Amino acid sequence: MYQVGNLVKKLSDKHGRKRESLMPILQGIVEKHNYLTDEAMVEVAKELDISAAEVYGTASFYTFLDTQVRGKYVIRVCKTITCSMKGKNEIIQTLEDILKIKVGETTSDKNFSLIETNCIGWCHKAPAILINEIPYTELTPEKIVEIIKGYLHK
Amino acid sequence: MERKGLNKVGLIFEKIDIKEVLTKTFNMSSNDIIQNILNSGLKGRGGAGFPTGLKWKYTAAEKELEKYVVCNADEGEPGTFKDREILDKVAYKVYGGMVIAGKAIGAKNGIVYLRGEYRFLLPQLMKELEAFHNLLDEIGFDFKIRYCLGSGAYICGEESALFESIQGDRGEPRNKPPYPTSSGVFGKPTTINNVETLVSAAMIIMHGAISYSQLGTTDSRGSKVFSVSGDTPTPGIFELELGMTVQEFVNEFGDGDTKAVQVGGASGFCVPRKKFQNTIIGFEGVPTGGSMKLFNSSRSMYNVLHNYLDFFAEESCGQCTPCRVGCQQLLKGVEKVKKGEAKSTYLNELVKLADTMKIASKCGLGQSVGNAFRTIVENFREEIIY
Repeated sequence: MYQVGNLVKKLSDKHGRKRESLMPILQGIVEKHNYLTDEAMVEVAKELDISAAEVYGTASFYTFLDTQVRGKYVIRVCKTITCSMKGKNEIIQTLEDILKIKVGETTSDKNFSLIETNCIGWCHKAPAILINEIPYTELTPEKIVEIIKGYLHK
Repeated sequence: MERKGLNKVGLIFEKIDIKEVLTKTFNMSSNDIIQNILNSGLKGRGGAGFPTGLKWKYTAAEKELEKYVVCNADEGEPGTFKDREILDKVAYKVYGGMVIAGKAIGAKNGIVYLRGEYRFLLPQLMKELEAFHNLLDEIGFDFKIRYCLGSGAYICGEESALFESIQGDRGEPRNKPPYPTSSGVFGKPTTINNVETLVSAAMIIMHGAISYSQLGTTDSRGSKVFSVSGDTPTPGIFELELGMTVQEFVNEFGDGDTKAVQVGGASGFCVPRKKFQNTIIGFEGVPTGGSMKLFNSSRSMYNVLHNYLDFFAEESCGQCTPCRVGCQQLLKGVEKVKKGEAKSTYLNELVKLADTMKIASKCGLGQSVGNAFRTIVENFREEIIY
């Protein structure tokens, strides 16, 4: 859990307080805190003067607007056909081994979440993943170990 | 059957002086621009293939003062990645295409809807946009472009779902009509074009409609950027003239053992080896937004179909029953047949279900699940059953 503080206010000042401001505000919260808490959504609803159900309705539609706890680094492994053909399972296996979590889980230190996602548009360089917004492509188990090490030292 | 063979083209990624194109546009009338695009024969490059000139003409005819140009950069079809490459390399041409569309329809505002998966590109794109806006000021164009980001929903590539998303709502497709040309984003007349379509439009204004329409065939004018992946020694992005056969494509990109090509992504068509020779890639044969996936004989087409159905079951917005329930039942159905829990004739029932989805679903997602389903089941039945 995080304290949303005056982030909602800041984001609303930046993006406006209209209905169309909702997505960029929610995206801004997720960018900073990785997921949306109930408190954050209620805060957004108050700021935009709409029902909290509306906020939740929009948030829950989009896979990148997570409403459950996510780690600081969200690892999304593409599971669509080409990545699946080119070794996605080995990448998942390696990630599960080094992070000691299963797909869908978050490490106890809240550093990493491991999830599968649909096509992220790197089929020619499969297998591919996103860590937050950064894509990593043409992965091998060796490469992914190095990448995760880099994040552990961040 | 009109054939062109496989010819590489370099229009979309060609470096151009955008100021020259914009100045030319500035001095053209709305009607001139639309006539040029109509004459070129350009059809939408996102997959659906609606004639671009007509779309602009209908939007231009609307009396409303406030209109929008929307660039659909929500490239989510499995196997397409060309729009990312276009934005990465020649974003200024995309912006240029939006200005041309704006001049044609009488709009002063453009919105690029970029899929959330491409957020890493945004800082670079915004920088280029700033330079582009300065250029517009220099010429005297009253046109502003802004970005909206998606958040990981395939359905938002559907135009009306995309509008809903821009407006801050769930990305659920609307009933049509009204079409976007009369009631699009914020209920205003909107022309919505794919990234590549807008670049093609800029190239048509630059080189003229005639030179563009000499490329391709009667039904499929021009060139197309293809995203090639799967079992190929040369995966990547290639711009090719339209009008080649799948065989010619496979000769160039296959690994010598290609048994099937999925043309147009998960919502497209599966072409088996025996049909390579007689299938044209284009609107007269198999249309495509550019996704070309090659499968060799080591691949199980059951796995391919299962992967696609799993994709659709997750990405269906759930709003209409044929699509929501249909996708899940198709997925469960093929699993049952594979496990021997249902007879192989059950596949015929599933094909009927896919056909029903085509008729009864609200939008293109549910309507096109049957494309891959039918073509894979018909051509690789034994792989689905055993």
